[in-house]
Amino acid sequence: MLARRHDIVAHLRALVPGEGVIDAEIERRAYESDGLTAYRQLPMVVVLPSTTAEVVAVLRYCHAEGIKVVPRGAGTSLSGGALPLEDGVLLGLGKFKKVLEIDIANRCAVVQPGVTNLAITQAVQGEGFYYAPDPSSQIACTIGGNVAENSGGVHCLKYGLTTNNVIGVEMVTMEGEVLRLGGKHYDAGGLDLLGVMVGSEGLLGVVTEVTVRILPKPPGARALLIGFPDVEGAGACVAAIIAAGIIPGGMEMMDKLAIEAAEAFVHANYPLDAEALLIVELDGCEAEVNHLVAAVEDLARHHGASSIRASTSEEERLLFWAGRKAAFPAVGRLSPDYYCMDGTIPRQRLTQVLARMKQLEARYRLRVANVFHAGDGNLHPLILYDANQPGELERAEAFGSDILRLCVEVGGVLTGEHGVGVEKRDLMDTMFDAVDLDQQLRLKCAFDAQSLLNPGKVFPQLCNCAELGRVHVKGGQTRFPELPRF
Amino acid sequence: MTIHKPQQRADVAEIITQASADGTALAIVGAGSKLGLGRHAPCADQLDMSGFAGGLDYQPSELVLSAGAGTPLAQIEALLAENRQMLAFEPPDWSGLLGAGGSGTLGGVIATNIAGPRRVKSGAPRDHFLGFHGVNGRGDMFKAGGRVVKNVTGYDLAKIQAGAFGTLAVLTDITLKVVPAPETSVTLVLRGEDEQAAFASMTRALNSPHEVSGAAFLPAAAAARAGGFGGDATSVTLLRLEGHGPSVAFRAGALASMLAGGDVLPEAASLALWREIACVQPLLQRTDSLVWKLNPQPSRAASVLAEVQARLPVTSCFMDWGGGLLWIELDPAVPDAGAGVMREALARAGGHAMLVRASEALRAQVPVFAPLEAGLARLTARIKAAYDPADVLNCGRMYPPVVS
Ligand SMILES: Cc1cc2nc3c(=O)[nH]c(=O)nc-3n(C[C@H](O)[C@H](O)[C@H](O)COP(=O)(O)OP(=O)(O)OC[C@H]3O[C@@H](n4cnc5c(N)ncnc54)[C@H](O)[C@@H]3O)c2cc1C
Repeated sequence: MLARRHDIVAHLRALVPGEGVIDAEIERRAYESDGLTAYRQLPMVVVLPSTTAEVVAVLRYCHAEGIKVVPRGAGTSLSGGALPLEDGVLLGLGKFKKVLEIDIANRCAVVQPGVTNLAITQAVQGEGFYYAPDPSSQIACTIGGNVAENSGGVHCLKYGLTTNNVIGVEMVTMEGEVLRLGGKHYDAGGLDLLGVMVGSEGLLGVVTEVTVRILPKPPGARALLIGFPDVEGAGACVAAIIAAGIIPGGMEMMDKLAIEAAEAFVHANYPLDAEALLIVELDGCEAEVNHLVAAVEDLARHHGASSIRASTSEEERLLFWAGRKAAFPAVGRLSPDYYCMDGTIPRQRLTQVLARMKQLEARYRLRVANVFHAGDGNLHPLILYDANQPGELERAEAFGSDILRLCVEVGGVLTGEHGVGVEKRDLMDTMFDAVDLDQQLRLKCAFDAQSLLNPGKVFPQLCNCAELGRVHVKGGQTRFPELPRF
Repeated sequence: MTIHKPQQRADVAEIITQASADGTALAIVGAGSKLGLGRHAPCADQLDMSGFAGGLDYQPSELVLSAGAGTPLAQIEALLAENRQMLAFEPPDWSGLLGAGGSGTLGGVIATNIAGPRRVKSGAPRDHFLGFHGVNGRGDMFKAGGRVVKNVTGYDLAKIQAGAFGTLAVLTDITLKVVPAPETSVTLVLRGEDEQAAFASMTRALNSPHEVSGAAFLPAAAAARAGGFGGDATSVTLLRLEGHGPSVAFRAGALASMLAGGDVLPEAASLALWREIACVQPLLQRTDSLVWKLNPQPSRAASVLAEVQARLPVTSCFMDWGGGLLWIELDPAVPDAGAGVMREALARAGGHAMLVRASEALRAQVPVFAPLEAGLARLTARIKAAYDPADVLNCGRMYPPVVS
């Protein structure tokens, strides 16, 4: 493949004219990794199409020539989903930047995949609407990447993930066929293929247009900052809020190290005496918000809160959030490097999981700061390490794997919103057995029979479609040796 | 016909492995409440899943419930109600519509992906379906998804399973997300609007921040068949508000003043009314009629309806989901069950139509589901083959078997 590089680049230049094909090594370097920077690989060539027709032409050519393709949005993936291949085309969707239509009567917007998450809200807020899923990376990440990762954010507890807010896509298959899934109407008319496209990590097709549901902006919101002397109290308070029939707009938890880091960074007046901090946001009409603020305050007192503050102005509400939103960079100041994990657990196992994490901290001699989407059990332990110290990166990765195994062991899952990518693919067998994985691979084969689209991601084994289709595949096969290990 | 009634997942695997080796088609049946739904394509044998009832695992504070696929829906709804929780998608009871007893099983609701009026706010079964155990058409026992609300580990196979009408795999165990039930609910009623005006009111309401969780329009004839409106003989536009007491009270006032009028139907009447709407009761004039469910782009609902009314013998109709759902009853004598006209209208407006009620003979001849465009049809056939290569699971229930 690499021997043909020159020829391939020339062909691609004919398909995507102008500056759409990037060949020079120095320029390709910009694409060598995504948000998971520990993994790097220079792509064979970068192609930046600007129309669906160009995407079709590139994929047709690559399909005919057996060339692998890795789609990429903004490259903020935290699981290495957009990690290039040495012998593959990196297909960047960054030029698909138009908001195509805002359709208020049908409460949706049609956008190109390279539009950033935040830009959708900005495009519709003048009409009093917003796009609900709000990953912390929303200034940078693209809706195409959100669709591929089924991204979440702090408002997902009440308003759902990407999958609940995307109602249609146009996609191009690896064979270069354009398909439209869903649309402005409700529900699929046939199989819900849109439902499997969302969260498919760029393995099933290249998304070239997205129709999203937009929601009327709630008239108001207030946030509560609640400190607890122990994690148990905070966890019990979260359960009590939900048991009382309250689904907050957002409900986040931070542990002591995260509280200290955030406070030092943004000075939001976080309670430094607390072992655990809850931020609970209640949104809706004023009558509702005030009613629920009072109800949550009562529950917090009942569960031993050591401090309770309710925001009384929009500035104060945003200040409460500023610490949480800056938690990653804030923790980043405590340590040269950090490694962000993303498991989900049943909430009732929180105390147990945090206690086990403490033991692991001692064993791996690394510290962890915890931020946590408390409402839905999605943990983001941030492991602090120093890549310049020999062996620390490896220790951090081993620690991270142990945390994810622990999540699965208590009934949770490997990833709540960041995706499997290359990072967690070798842990897939802690959750799924060979038969489960084969069923997923068969679906992949129905979309991409030659496994040319983003191969090496998600699955611990490369897909052999002919084999899967032919015979009953028994468990316990050996892993494919040709798959590169990182 | 052999009726298999397995009790264990391994039994299901064995039955399917055998059926796929012999090429014997299996009809998958829960409580049989939705047997009349979908293409009519008789299967040689039956797989009765009622043995998979129970096995409940439910922690209210986790907002997650797991149960066997054969568990009666009524049992699950009662259990949730005891804990002041519910299934957000408001599974409707179509037994009156389909002439069957009861609301069926959990597996049937997922397989058909049917949602009630709250669809506009809270989504369909697919949006709340977190994970499952099942057996594919090769007889492989597999699982997908998980038992937590937030999970992106691997492909979201639950999504494609919802609405597949049992043609991909047999579900044995199902995990769903549940939500708190609203403390109270009321309905704002606007009288005498026509389709256009009703669509405008529903859109203003749904586009407002008042969190409308039901938006339906009943023309006068349909309104006469809905409990509360008996003799009034005017059309009604219905806007439901649900939630915490003080919030509902405030929003009902705000919505009425925004729309300059309307009466408020209190909780008990509101609950009864939306139950009737979910059951499609206001539509049903006669027992032998054809019933279509149209999902147009909401903004085109009134024009689609006008076109269908102009070209077909419509005996009754109403709108739900703010125009996103049109229920249409036709005189049974209409040629091709009206499919040609329905599909032409929707091809222009965007959306799809399903023939929900018709004789077995009609449901064998007329495409019940919207015919797929060529590329999607090929992909759909490849996916079917990936799950069920011998085409034994509910063979032909969605599309005629692909002849290769
Ligand atoms: C600081 C920071 C905070 C973050 N916070 C959150 C958070 O709160 N919640 C959350 O869920 N995630 C979060 N993320 C992760 C990341 O931002 C999301 O996964 C995001 O959706 C990735 O979008 P992207 O455009 O950067 O995609 P990329 O990183 O470029 O790609 C991600 C995956 O999508 C595929 N892909 C991209 N575009 C397309 C397309 N058009 N068609 C097909 N496949 C495509 C790629 O192949 C790859 O597999 C965070 C990341 C960072 C760096």
